[in-house]
Amino acid sequence: MPDTTQFGIASAVLIGLGIYGLIVSPQPLRKLLALNVIGTGAFLLFGIVARRGAAAGFGADPVPQALVITGIVVAFAATALAAAVLLRLARVAGTTALDREAGAEGSTGDVDETGAR
Amino acid sequence: MNPVVLDLGIALLVVAIAAFVIFTRDAYAAVVAFVAYGLLVSLRWVMLHAVDVAMTEAAIGSGLTGVLLLGTAARLRDECADAPTARTGTGLRVVAGIVALTVTGLLVAAVVGFGETAPTLAPQAAAALPATGLGNPVTAVLIAYRATDTLLEKVVLVLALLGIWSLAADDAWGGRPGRKQRADPDGGLAYFARRLVPVGVLVGLYVFWVGANHPGGAFQGATILAAMWLLAMMAGLADVPSIREVRVRAVLVAGAAVFLAVGLALLGLGDGFLAYPAAFAKALIIGIEVAMTATVAVTLVLLIAGTPERRG
Repeated sequence: MPDTTQFGIASAVLIGLGIYGLIVSPQPLRKLLALNVIGTGAFLLFGIVARRGAAAGFGADPVPQALVITGIVVAFAATALAAAVLLRLARVAGTTALDREAGAEGSTGDVDETGAR
Repeated sequence: MNPVVLDLGIALLVVAIAAFVIFTRDAYAAVVAFVAYGLLVSLRWVMLHAVDVAMTEAAIGSGLTGVLLLGTAARLRDECADAPTARTGTGLRVVAGIVALTVTGLLVAAVVGFGETAPTLAPQAAAALPATGLGNPVTAVLIAYRATDTLLEKVVLVLALLGIWSLAADDAWGGRPGRKQRADPDGGLAYFARRLVPVGVLVGLYVFWVGANHPGGAFQGATILAAMWLLAMMAGLADVPSIREVRVRAVLVAGAAVFLAVGLALLGLGDGFLAYPAAFAKALIIGIEVAMTATVAVTLVLLIAGTPERRG
């Protein structure tokens, strides 16, 4: 069984960095990036489980690999949805600030409901 | 070079770039760094002997996510003048640091504490491989052993797209996504697109086709096809299709529909849902994969194109 400890520690650090960024970043776009960093870290942990399960002539267990491929595609779909919500928020509110006080400046007055340019 | 040194070097580089993505002040620089990060992560996947995942990570996790977020960052910069946000308070930083360190510590403990023997389904995957007619075990898991996962994933993709479309303003509903690309028809990008797209489409189809027996497959091939279409759009050679178009909608549901139809037909014949009879397994799998490749390619393009903003 191959030694994957180094990979595991690096993945754990990636997840930690992502969690920190997710909580601390004031901009939603940065939170989205942080979420994707957490995602890659979690996927790599799957990869370690797959690599440890190398058997029957395969370099890695194919089942976790297939789950990760599905996961990457779903993570992308979720990121795309979040980005679309973010752009819509920017158009309607004029700001993407999540902070209530910072956001208040942009959203005072009438909100353009149609979002037409 | 000593592979251990190489492994360690790339591990440090990945962590360093991830830290840059998180800590840099400039949002645009963070997205660019994220693309580089994704490519290095796909190298990690190669080192983990997961080449199929490496291709998916490079194409979708790094490439398409990069295009999507670069576009989002650029539009946010153009369209909303956010005042430089106040720095997060020290209290929250300390709490976030503690939470992050705790999670990392627990995960490290779990990884270091892995037992001597690892659970694996590789022998079972290998044993059933001849019945599917496939040579690539990852493709077999995706389309045969755990076909229901992949079927439901197609549904998730369509749901995400519906979510994006439903954000359209009333007057743009049913129109074309995004702004019209204005590129010089004689410019470098248009030339590049004219030269690269035919080759890229061929590569995409090849990657899809070899996926039955070698690393590659429907997702990876579809992503290359999607990238080629996106390139043609960015170069102004093609416009984003209107979401009202029936052909587009038909392709969007084709993957899940063919999958479901095959599954139900097999159920009707008494074999069980998506239990391929060995004699027709390969043909049925290829049929599903063709529909799936088309669906994934079009869905990825439209996920990036975003919410309809103009009448089409």
